[in-house]
Amino acid sequence: MSGGHSTYTPKTGLGRWIDARLPLPRLVYDSFVAYPVPRNLNYMYTFGGILSIMLIVQIVTGIVLAMHYAPHTSLAFDSVEHIMRDVNSGWLMRYLHANGASFFFIAVYLHMFRGLYYGSYKAPRELLWILGVIIYLLMMATAFMGYVLPWGQMSFWGATVITGFFSAVPLVGTAIQELLLGGFAVDNPTLNRFFSLHYLLPFMIAGVVVLHVWALHVTGQTNPTGIEVKSKTDTVPFTPYATIKDGFAMVVFFLVFMYFVFYIPNYLGHADNYIPADPLVTPAHIVPEWYFLPFYAILRAVTFDIGPISAALGGVLAMFGAIVVLFFLPWLDTSRVRSAVYRPWYKLFFWIFAINAVFLGWLGSKPAEGLYVALAQVGTFYYFAFFLIIMPILGLIETPRRMPNSITEAVLEKNGGKAVPHAAQTAAETQS
Amino acid sequence: MKTILKGLTALALGLGISGAASAAEYPIYEPIEQSWSFAGPFGTYDRGQLQRGFQVYRESCAACHGLDRVAFRNLSTLGYSEEQIIALAAEYEVEDGPDSFGDMFMRPAIPADRFPDPFPNAEAAAAANNGAAPPDLSLMAKARHAERGFPRFVIDIFTQYEAAGADYIYSLLQGYQEAPEGYELQPGTYYNPYFLAGTSLSMPQPFSDGMLSYNDGSPETIHQYSRDVAAFLMWTAEPHLEARKQTGFVVMIFLLLFGGLVYMSKRKVWAAVPH
Repeated sequence: MSGGHSTYTPKTGLGRWIDARLPLPRLVYDSFVAYPVPRNLNYMYTFGGILSIMLIVQIVTGIVLAMHYAPHTSLAFDSVEHIMRDVNSGWLMRYLHANGASFFFIAVYLHMFRGLYYGSYKAPRELLWILGVIIYLLMMATAFMGYVLPWGQMSFWGATVITGFFSAVPLVGTAIQELLLGGFAVDNPTLNRFFSLHYLLPFMIAGVVVLHVWALHVTGQTNPTGIEVKSKTDTVPFTPYATIKDGFAMVVFFLVFMYFVFYIPNYLGHADNYIPADPLVTPAHIVPEWYFLPFYAILRAVTFDIGPISAALGGVLAMFGAIVVLFFLPWLDTSRVRSAVYRPWYKLFFWIFAINAVFLGWLGSKPAEGLYVALAQVGTFYYFAFFLIIMPILGLIETPRRMPNSITEAVLEKNGGKAVPHAAQTAAETQS
Repeated sequence: MKTILKGLTALALGLGISGAASAAEYPIYEPIEQSWSFAGPFGTYDRGQLQRGFQVYRESCAACHGLDRVAFRNLSTLGYSEEQIIALAAEYEVEDGPDSFGDMFMRPAIPADRFPDPFPNAEAAAAANNGAAPPDLSLMAKARHAERGFPRFVIDIFTQYEAAGADYIYSLLQGYQEAPEGYELQPGTYYNPYFLAGTSLSMPQPFSDGMLSYNDGSPETIHQYSRDVAAFLMWTAEPHLEARKQTGFVVMIFLLLFGGLVYMSKRKVWAAVPH
């Protein structure tokens, strides 16, 4: 998968026998042992590994939960409480799964911002980036449907509001909404199909992850300098270098994750979801999960009609547009320089974008009225301006800082210009 | 056109609802934060307090409020013996059946049964209570959360604050007041500035000083009854809290030590490679 020639040599008779028939060990060796990674990767590059682990955590805990869960409107809430009270370690499984969703999104947002900062989406990694956006979309669908399953008040009303978006689409909107719901309102058919899809989508995510990793191993990783790997001294073998670094980052990530699971497991949830769903009682304040809040703010920022487009449809278009624009990122960025490290202006606009995203999230949790609406409009404008105006124009007019000729040169500059021999490469060569 | 209109209404509904929430600034008084034995990384339930809280529930709340996610067997956590639980369960009647003649019948409860509801259904509960069915209390301590606001919701992460529900229940129960002058009280409601969804609620002040007698010498005050039943309801909502925090401690220690080892290995592996 690494594109280069394989250095795998099976040492045992059995190993040679397998290698001649199904070279799976060779694939693993080439992908996760000998695979060369840039030597200058920082900890922001460890979230890919963390995300793989999070997907596995969610699938394993989810399968266990599905053994005890009943997808029926009259049983769902009770079966979740049964898991919480009577199933052995059921409370642990559920808190891991519920908080796991949040931490999955924390990791994916950091992963995406890393890509945005270091220009990881630029040629030749456009497909790699697009596959990532598809994974993100699948994650959003999975998380939304998963939140409906406990059949609490926020599950029910969140599903009602979010599926309501589709009815804003002209002509086919109502048909789409009814297809999603399996009826005219959120009810048992909705819960059933959401459960079915919530079980299916993670495996589709896993499939796209395979493509994502495949594409990554063809082009190789980017690195903080944004300069392509030019020589062997630019890289180190994946194992042990990246494995141990990813491993350490995972432990730190899990420390925070476990802190939430064991000490404040309901912090990221909503109290109303401990009230069984009641179609006759609307909660005072319907809010989606925190990871959807920036998009919720964008949805509600459009309060005016634009020509034939009603405010409602405009909001929905803006919200979906906020994600669709990510697909075009590789072509919206006109800069020849990849990394923000050498782009002082881009760096500034990037950080404003990051702060703006958090700000939109905060606005999403606030009611859509008064000053909040105006602020959300400013935030939404910047969100789109960043991609559609700043990125294309800045790439043409910005003068990048002087770049080193190679990764090795950058590393040596950073380490005080000492010509330190690259022990890793020689060690790897003697090993194989 | 009809489709668009419908979508608009749906969205306007969604927006209107969230807008309406901010217009009402409830509760008038924020919940009073209490110091709880179950707070913090090593928190445990105070068995004496849970037993008192259970007594308050039985003698005061149970007339109207169900507790239908709690089984009698669960009471062993509160320190009751098996014999005590069997005897206590037998005081309740639950419906069983059908028997071999196809008839439903009543029998004394056994430890495996859950607390029977005070009313046969929600409609009966509402009819008997001025139109508002008293909610089940099993999950109440996790189902209520007054807004914390910035920066407190950030600080809450570090203080491991998860007693919002218990603080709210305590504050509400001890917070009944005379309505301020000129305030028009809706008939059949009682003024309480701690109420999350308005200024007055259908439930009257449930306690008065000395109305229940504790046998462990604890003060017999509204304040104490409210505290004890709030702690009890925290237990009914989160029965595995102690196991959770104890497991958490082991997990955190393991991760810290393991993380330290991995970090040292990482340093060693990378020592020869400037990066």
